[in-house]
Amino acid sequence: MHALYPLVVSALLFSVGVYGVLARRNAILMLMSVELMLNAVNLNLVAFDALWRDRLHGGQLLTLFTIVIAAAEVGLGLAIVLLVFRNRKTVEVDRLTELGEARRDPAEARRGADAETSAEPVAAAREGDGP
Amino acid sequence: MIALVSLTIALPFCAAFAGMLLGRRLSRTLSARALPAAGSAAPDAPTTPLPAVVPDAAPAPGDEARVPELSRLAGPDLALRRLPRNGPALIAIASTALATLLALIVATTVWLDPGTREGTLTLVPTGTVDIAIGLQADGLAALVGLMVCLVALAVQIYSVAYLAEDPRYCSYAAFVSLFTAAMLLVVYAADLLLLYVGWEVMGICSYFLIGHHWEDRANSRAAVKAFLMTRLGDVGFLIGIFALGIGAGTFSIGGVLDAVPDLPAGTLTAATLLLLAGVAGKSAQFPLHTWLPDAMAGPTPISALIHAATMVAAGIYVIARLYPAFWAAPASLTVLGIVAVISMVGSALAALAQTDLKRVLAYSTISQLAYMAAGLAVGAQTAAVFHLVTHGAFKALLFLAAGSVILVAGSNLLGRYGGLRRTMPITFWAMTVGYAALIGLPPVSGFFSKDSIIEGARHAAATAGREGTGDTAAAVPDIPGGAAWAIYIALLVTVGITAAYAMRAWLMTFFGEQRGSFQAREAPALMTWTVAALAVPSAVLGFFGLGAAELRPHLVSAGLALLWAAGGGAAAYLLWNRDPARDPADRLGPLRTVFDRAFYLDELYAALVVRPVRAAARAVVVADRRGLDALVVGTAGWSRRAGGALRRIQTGNAQSYLTGLLAGVVVIAAGVVILL
Repeated sequence: MHALYPLVVSALLFSVGVYGVLARRNAILMLMSVELMLNAVNLNLVAFDALWRDRLHGGQLLTLFTIVIAAAEVGLGLAIVLLVFRNRKTVEVDRLTELGEARRDPAEARRGADAETSAEPVAAAREGDGP
Repeated sequence: MIALVSLTIALPFCAAFAGMLLGRRLSRTLSARALPAAGSAAPDAPTTPLPAVVPDAAPAPGDEARVPELSRLAGPDLALRRLPRNGPALIAIASTALATLLALIVATTVWLDPGTREGTLTLVPTGTVDIAIGLQADGLAALVGLMVCLVALAVQIYSVAYLAEDPRYCSYAAFVSLFTAAMLLVVYAADLLLLYVGWEVMGICSYFLIGHHWEDRANSRAAVKAFLMTRLGDVGFLIGIFALGIGAGTFSIGGVLDAVPDLPAGTLTAATLLLLAGVAGKSAQFPLHTWLPDAMAGPTPISALIHAATMVAAGIYVIARLYPAFWAAPASLTVLGIVAVISMVGSALAALAQTDLKRVLAYSTISQLAYMAAGLAVGAQTAAVFHLVTHGAFKALLFLAAGSVILVAGSNLLGRYGGLRRTMPITFWAMTVGYAALIGLPPVSGFFSKDSIIEGARHAAATAGREGTGDTAAAVPDIPGGAAWAIYIALLVTVGITAAYAMRAWLMTFFGEQRGSFQAREAPALMTWTVAALAVPSAVLGFFGLGAAELRPHLVSAGLALLWAAGGGAAAYLLWNRDPARDPADRLGPLRTVFDRAFYLDELYAALVVRPVRAAARAVVVADRRGLDALVVGTAGWSRRAGGALRRIQTGNAQSYLTGLLAGVVVIAAGVVILL
């Protein structure tokens, strides 16, 4: 069998996974996309194992490991998603931006800019720390 | 021998620290032991003999009439009774007395068996020219060292009474001890850099003691002025030492003097001229003399010790010590002579118009130091050193007596005294001896020393034109005839002016009617008897000079000088006699202000130096604030702005971060693929 087929398939799978991780908003679907990427890797491993006729079947073994780890990872991920849902009533990833830079309304932003230009660095820093 | 000398220096040095650290504890211990014995006889004896009184005993120049409080006059009388329980005073006086005794032994030994004794403790390797930690005692050092010790002892005893109520007497006594040690180090040092150490320690002690009453802003300003002006000279002094030391390959004084004949003339002239800068600063010669009159802001005993008898004499002493080097550089001696002439006449004229007794004495000090400098310039080294010693005695006497008058009258101003002859007889007679010595009237000490300087100048002026006449009694340095004549004439003229201002101060203090409102009485016993004791050397010291041929009076010079002195004194007396209530200096008319302001030299310096320096300082401040600080502060602003730009992308959306990450990986991968 030509090596190209499994490679193309795994590349497609990986790309779909990347697209999913980057573009899907739903956290569960993101996790599923991560699984797709992992499986693309698994496919590669198995394919090369068969292709090179590895006598120890390292590729297949590694695949088993990956599957186990992926299972654990999905369990952890789903637990996080569940907790997030309980707290926020949503699993939309683009809404979960609390760790990001605080969004300020325009008036406050202007005030902050004034404080920035003033000669009191401490006050300006305190202004910047606020939500 | 050298062990004795080093002990002489070490004693006051240790006493300074002991007095500073243990003085109060000692007085507490002593008074605790003495109290049960005294019983109820002294119920007012406090645990510390130095009651904390607001120190307004500060005699500051230009001070308005301070009504002498009864407590202030009663206080010093207590000083004698309290002396056995006054820890700082005991430490200071005992150590100084011991040092005096040792100095006396050293001086006697050197006198009986002349010669230089030298001892070196260790050599400090510096890589090039080693520094020797060594002392030496020859006739000059022993004599001046003894003089320093005696004056310091007198001042220490006197200060016990004078500063009896000062809360900082403890540190005062310690600084006087430290100063004594430093001066002795200068006197006995066998190494130029060791000498310089003592020289600088004296400077800092002088600074502290001038600013003793620092509560008054003017006093601390005077201290800073003295410090800065002497420092200005000291820069030259240090470089001069380096020039001499490196030229000679050693810093030891003996080694330098041995190497003088081999040194190139240029090096020698430059080095001695640089040394002269330090001498002018320390000995208050033109143009660095303006600090001395202001230094009178310090307590009067300090003026007596530092600014009249010892520290200012250090400059003259250094020239005398390194005299062979100066002798080989006639240009330096000529400069010294011209500086002396200007200082001598100018400060004597300034003394004529001062209203403050201590400032009169300060200007007379400058004038008398200029006498010594002139003596050195014309080659009369022995006479100059002789005058240094006699001047140390009579100027200390004059200042201490002036301190008594100031304490009693509660004012520095001549215009407030008058008629003290009857009420202060001991002070009067002592001061009369002092003034007579200052003018140079026979038979007191000043006459002999001053006359030998004048004779030296006459000799130099007479032989200046004739080269190579080797049969003259005393050798004459190779200075131009004009300079020698100028020195000679200035010396004579100054005798006249000196007589005039001494007469004026004497008459205004002790004769006529009392002008201030104070209770005239003799000063406390400790002070009066110290003054009286100092009057003895001031009177008889001159006769010791009769042993040396070059110090005997000469008819022509003595006669001329006495003529000038009589003229000056008579003029002052006649002016005063017309109206004893008035200041004779008023007759000077418009010149009086000029003399009183010392030819506006302070104003000139203020315009030429102080104001430009201040303006430059302000410019530096502005440049610092607007330039450097603005840059540093600006960095913070720029960082904040740059940070603000980075902040925009921190949206909190994990997916956009990932996208960025992936894009970065792709870019790197693409870069790697393309470039490799």
